[in-house]
Amino acid sequence: MSPHATRRVFTSKGQTDGCSPPLSLIPMAQSIRRDSPELPDFSLLKRLARDQLIYLLEQLPGRKDLFIDADLMSPLDRIANVSTLKQHEVDKLYKVEYKPIVSTSDQLCFLIRPRLQSVKWICDVVNADKAAGKFRRYKLIFTPQKFYACENVLEEQGIFGDVTTDEWGFHLLPLDDDIISLELPEFFRDYFLDGNQRWVRTAGCVLHLLHSLYGPFSKVYGIGRCSKMAYESWREQVEEGEQKGRDGEIGSVFLFDRDVDYVTPMCSQVVYEGLVDDIFRIKCGCVEFGPEVTSSDKSLKVMLNSQDKVFNQIRNEHFSNVFGFLSQKAKNLQTAYDKRCGMDIKQIKTFVSEELKGLKQEHRLLSLHIGASESMMKKKTKQEFQELLKTEHSLLEGFDIRECITFIEEHINRQCSMIESLRLLCLLSLTENGLLSKDYKSMKAQYLQSYGVDHLPTFANLKQLGILVEQPTGETLTAMENKVGKLVNDRAAGKLTDAFSSLAKKSHFRALSRRLNLVPKSDEEYDLRVPKDMAYIFSGAYVPLSCKLIEQVLERDGWTGLEEVTRLLNGQEFAASGCSEADGKARSDTQRTILVMFLGGCTFSEISALRFLGKEKGYKFIIVTTAITNSARLIEALLDNRA
Amino acid sequence: MSRAKADEDDYWNSSKFTLAFTFDEEDDDYTRLKESKKAVNSISALADEDDDDDDVEKVSWSGEPVGSISWSVKETASKLRPAGDSRELGFPKISASPSLPKNNSVYSLSSLFKGTAQYSTLDTPARHYAPELRKPKCEYKDYISNWSPQETILKMQQGKVVSLERFQSLQDKMLLLDKAVDGHDGNIITAVEVLFRELVGRETALRHYIHYLKESGEQKVLLDLFRSELLQYKHHLTITDENKRRDFLKTCLGLPFSPEDSLHVQDHYTLLERQIIIEENDKQVERTGQSDVFKRFPRKASILNMPLITTLYYSCFYHYSEPEGTYSSPANIRRTFKLAEKQYFLTALAARAKLKAWTDVDSLFTTRNWLGFTKKKSPVAFQRVLDILHKNNAPVQVLEVYVNLLEDLELKINMAHKFKCHDVIINTYRDTKDKKQLLGYQKKFDMSSAEHKKIADVLNNSVRNTHTLHIRYRHTQSLYSKAYTLTIGCSADLSRQFKTV
Repeated sequence: MSPHATRRVFTSKGQTDGCSPPLSLIPMAQSIRRDSPELPDFSLLKRLARDQLIYLLEQLPGRKDLFIDADLMSPLDRIANVSTLKQHEVDKLYKVEYKPIVSTSDQLCFLIRPRLQSVKWICDVVNADKAAGKFRRYKLIFTPQKFYACENVLEEQGIFGDVTTDEWGFHLLPLDDDIISLELPEFFRDYFLDGNQRWVRTAGCVLHLLHSLYGPFSKVYGIGRCSKMAYESWREQVEEGEQKGRDGEIGSVFLFDRDVDYVTPMCSQVVYEGLVDDIFRIKCGCVEFGPEVTSSDKSLKVMLNSQDKVFNQIRNEHFSNVFGFLSQKAKNLQTAYDKRCGMDIKQIKTFVSEELKGLKQEHRLLSLHIGASESMMKKKTKQEFQELLKTEHSLLEGFDIRECITFIEEHINRQCSMIESLRLLCLLSLTENGLLSKDYKSMKAQYLQSYGVDHLPTFANLKQLGILVEQPTGETLTAMENKVGKLVNDRAAGKLTDAFSSLAKKSHFRALSRRLNLVPKSDEEYDLRVPKDMAYIFSGAYVPLSCKLIEQVLERDGWTGLEEVTRLLNGQEFAASGCSEADGKARSDTQRTILVMFLGGCTFSEISALRFLGKEKGYKFIIVTTAITNSARLIEALLDNRA
Repeated sequence: MSRAKADEDDYWNSSKFTLAFTFDEEDDDYTRLKESKKAVNSISALADEDDDDDDVEKVSWSGEPVGSISWSVKETASKLRPAGDSRELGFPKISASPSLPKNNSVYSLSSLFKGTAQYSTLDTPARHYAPELRKPKCEYKDYISNWSPQETILKMQQGKVVSLERFQSLQDKMLLLDKAVDGHDGNIITAVEVLFRELVGRETALRHYIHYLKESGEQKVLLDLFRSELLQYKHHLTITDENKRRDFLKTCLGLPFSPEDSLHVQDHYTLLERQIIIEENDKQVERTGQSDVFKRFPRKASILNMPLITTLYYSCFYHYSEPEGTYSSPANIRRTFKLAEKQYFLTALAARAKLKAWTDVDSLFTTRNWLGFTKKKSPVAFQRVLDILHKNNAPVQVLEVYVNLLEDLELKINMAHKFKCHDVIINTYRDTKDKKQLLGYQKKFDMSSAEHKKIADVLNNSVRNTHTLHIRYRHTQSLYSKAYTLTIGCSADLSRQFKTV
C-alpha cells in the first residue's frame, strides 16, 4: 500500500480547506467530495454522432424509409428522436427483421451493424425488387464501421453497384455522467471465444476519439492481449505532434481485458444498480419495470442515471441498506407534504409553484424504487437466494467445497435456472483452478441430462475460454502453481505455438486472492452501512479482482511490485507514459481523472466499486466499456445450444 | 506581419474553407454540421500547423493526383523521420504479440520473409486518420497500385480503395496477410483472406476465416475443412422432423468424439428414439381417453427433444406404476441412462408431489431394513425435500412428517413456523421443556382451538408418556449430527491449514 496517493490528496485538501477532517474520517455516504475532480462533458459525443448521422441522411436527399437494426434502436434513441429523423425526410421507420419488406418508398436507407446476415438480407430485398422490376435507391449505413466482408457479400450477390454504402462513426454512447458504452456486446464472444480481432481497431478508434476530444492522456496502463492491441492500434492512428501544450481533461487511462478477471462478473450482484440489472436487465441505461413493480396493470420504462435523484443516492448501496434509506426518504417526503396543512393561501401558492413539482417528481421516483425493491426483496429473500449467496461466498473463500458441489449438483438435478447452474459451475472452476476430473465428468453429465445434450458445444466453448475446465489429474494445488510458474516461463521462451492456447487461460484465483487480499477474513464483522473497502459490493466477502488491480496500479504508478500477480495473470501487462511536459500539471485535477476501459464488458458492481475507490482516494473514474455485462449475459454469449 | 505573409494566410484560410466544401457539397450540410465541426475544431486548434497539412492532404483524396506537392512533401518527411522519433510523441510502441522475441517465434511470420526487408522497415505513420472525425471515411478515393504490403494494409485501414491484384504469388499473399495480422485489425485480416480465398497456416488468420465462414453460414466448407464433430453434431438442431433428426444423430455416433462426449451423443440418440416411441403411444392414449391421468392433466407439450430429466419427470408423472419392461417406465429410464439415486429421487419427488400423490411421496423415503423395521431415508437434505413439497402445496400433515425428521432443532422450529406445523412446534417446546415459548405460542390461538387445548394439556400433564419414543429418535439424531460436526471440523481444520500455507 502506498501512502503517497492518499497523502497527496490530503495535503492538497488541507491547503484549500483547513477545517476539513482527515480523509479517513469522512463518512462514505457523502456523495460528492471536493477532492474528486469534475467530469468532462461527454454530451459532446452524442452531438457528434447525431450530426454525423444527419449528414449521412442528407446524402440521400428526398423522402426515404429507414430500416434500423434491432440493437441500434435504443442507442439511436439516446442521441436523436423521431422528429430529428423526420426533419431529414425520413418517412417511415422499420426494424430490421430479416423478412420481406412492405415499404412503398422509392428510397430505402438501412442503418445496421456490419453483420453479414443483415447485408445478405438487404441483398435479398434488392434482388426481390429487381425481379419485380421495381426501381429504388438504397443506402447502407454501417455503424460504427464497415467491414470488407460486408462489401464482399454485396459483390457476391451482384448488387455492389446498386447500393451506396457509408459509415456512421457512432462509436461511443454516454450512458451516464461517468459511463460510456460502445454498445457492442458481441465484442466479448467475437474476440475472447472466436479469436476474431475485427473490433480491435474499433477499440483503437475509441481511444483515438477520446484522446482527440479530451486528451492528451498522461499515462496508459493496461493488462491483456486485446488491450495491448487496442493501444497499438490507437498509437497508429494518432497524428504526430498532435498533443502539444494542451490541457487534457483525462489523466491516466487503464485498459482491461475481460478475461483477466472472470470471477467478478460471475458473482451475484447485491449492490442496488447491479441487482436491478441482474433481475430486470438494464438495457442501454433504461429498465422496464413490470406491473409487479409499478403496482398498476402496465409496465413502465424508466431511465436509470444520475438524473434520477433517488436512484443516484441508492445505486451504489448494498441492497440491505436501500430499504431503510427509502423509507427514511418517504418519511421526509411526507413531512414536506404535511407542511401544507398550517399554511395560509399565499404560502400554499408559493408551495405549489416552488416545491410541489419537485416533491411530486420525488414521490414518483420514490414509489418506483420502493416498488422495485419490494419486488426484488420477494425474489431475493427466498431461502434459495440465501443458499446461493452462501455457496458463492464459500467458493470465493475456498471453504466447504464439497458442500458447494452438492448444492450445485442439486441445483442442476432440480432443473433450476440453466444459466445459474452454469454460472455456479464456472465460478467453481474459476476459483478452484478447474474441477477434479471425476467431478467435471459427473457434473457435465448431470448438466446435459437436466438441460439437454444440445449443450455439448456450450461446454466446448466454456472449456476453450478456460472458465469451466477439468484439472489435470493427480496434482495438488501447490504442485499446480509451481508448474504453472514454469509454464509461463516456457511460454516466454517461445513455446506458445498456437493462438488457441493463449485464449484458453488458466485461473489462479486462490493464489491471487492471497496475494491481493481479495477475501477479507470471514470472522471479522463487516458493516455494510459504513464500508471500509470495495468488498462491500459483495457483502464484504470479496474485493473484485479487476478493481483491486486498478487500485494497485494507480497507487504504485505502474506494475512494479506486482510481478507475482501479473505472472499469475499470464502477463500481458503494460504501462506507457505520454509526453513529459505534462508533468508540470501533474497535480492538477486532470491527473486524478482516470479513464478505465473494459474490453469485453464490465458489470455495474465493478462500476460501483470504482466509484467507491474514487471517493476514497480522490479519483474520478470514467468507465468506458464495450457493453455493460453481468453473469447471465456472459454465459448467454457462450451458449451454443441453438441452431 | 508582412503583407505577403498575410496574403499567404488568407490563401490558406480560404483554401481550408473551400476544401471543406469538397465533402460538404451543399451549403445546407455545412451549416448543419457547424455545431459538431466547432467541437471537432476545438481539437484541431491545438494541432497547430499540422492541421493545415491535414487539409492540404485532402487534395489527394478529392481527386488530385497523389503526386501533388504537399502529399509528397509529407510523405518524404515521414520517411526521413528517424526511428527513435516515437519517444518525442510520448507513448511508446508496445508489442501486442505474446511476450516473446519476435524473431524466433513461429507466431510472427514476417521473420520468414526477412529477405524482403525493405517492406518491414518502412514505417508509414497513419497520419490520414484524424480528419475522418469530420467526415465519413468512405469518401476517400485513393487509388495507388504500387503500395508495399505494409502500406496497403495501412490504406485499407483508412478505408481507401486498394488494389490487391499485384499480390499474386503465394509468398506475396502470405506477406500481406502477415502484415494484416500484425495490424490487429480483424476487418483487414478477413478482407485479405476473403480476397484470396486461400487458407493459410496462420492461426489468427485462420480463426478469422473460420468466423467468416460461420457467419456466412457456409457450414459445409467448415465441416470439410475441420471435420469438427461438434459442428456436425450441432447440425441436428436445424432438423425439425424427429425421425430425420434421430437418423442424423445416429450418423453422429461414428464421429471422433472424446470417449465421454461420445457417450453423451449415444444417450442423446437413445433418448430421442425412446421419446418418439413414447410420444406416439401417449398421443394415442390421450386421444382415445383410455387413461385417467391424461384426462385429468392433459399434456401441455410433446415430450420430443426434451432433456432426459424432463423425460423422467414426464414418465414419473404419467407412467409411474408401469413395470420396468416398458420404455416409458421411470425404472426403465433410470436404468438405461444410469441415473444417480439423487437425480431419480428429486425428479420422482417433484412429479408425485405435483400430482399430490402423497402416498407415493411417502414410499419414496421408506426403506425397510432386514428386521422389517421401516425407516425414512433421503439422499438429499430433508430441508430440500420440504422446499419441494411446500412449493407443490403439500398439506400440513404431509409437511409435518418431514419437519419432524430435521436434525437441527433451530431449523426444525423455523421450518415448523414457516409451514405452520403447530404440533411439531408444541412437541418441540415440550421436549425442550420451554414453558415460556409454549405460553407465548399459546397466545396465538383461540381459547377454543385444538392447539390451545393441546398446549394447555402439555403444560398440565407430565410429558412422560410420549418421552420414550423421542429418546430413541433423538439418539439416532445425535449420532448423525456428531458425524456431521466431525466432517465440518475436519474441513475447517483443512481450510485453516490451507490458509497458513
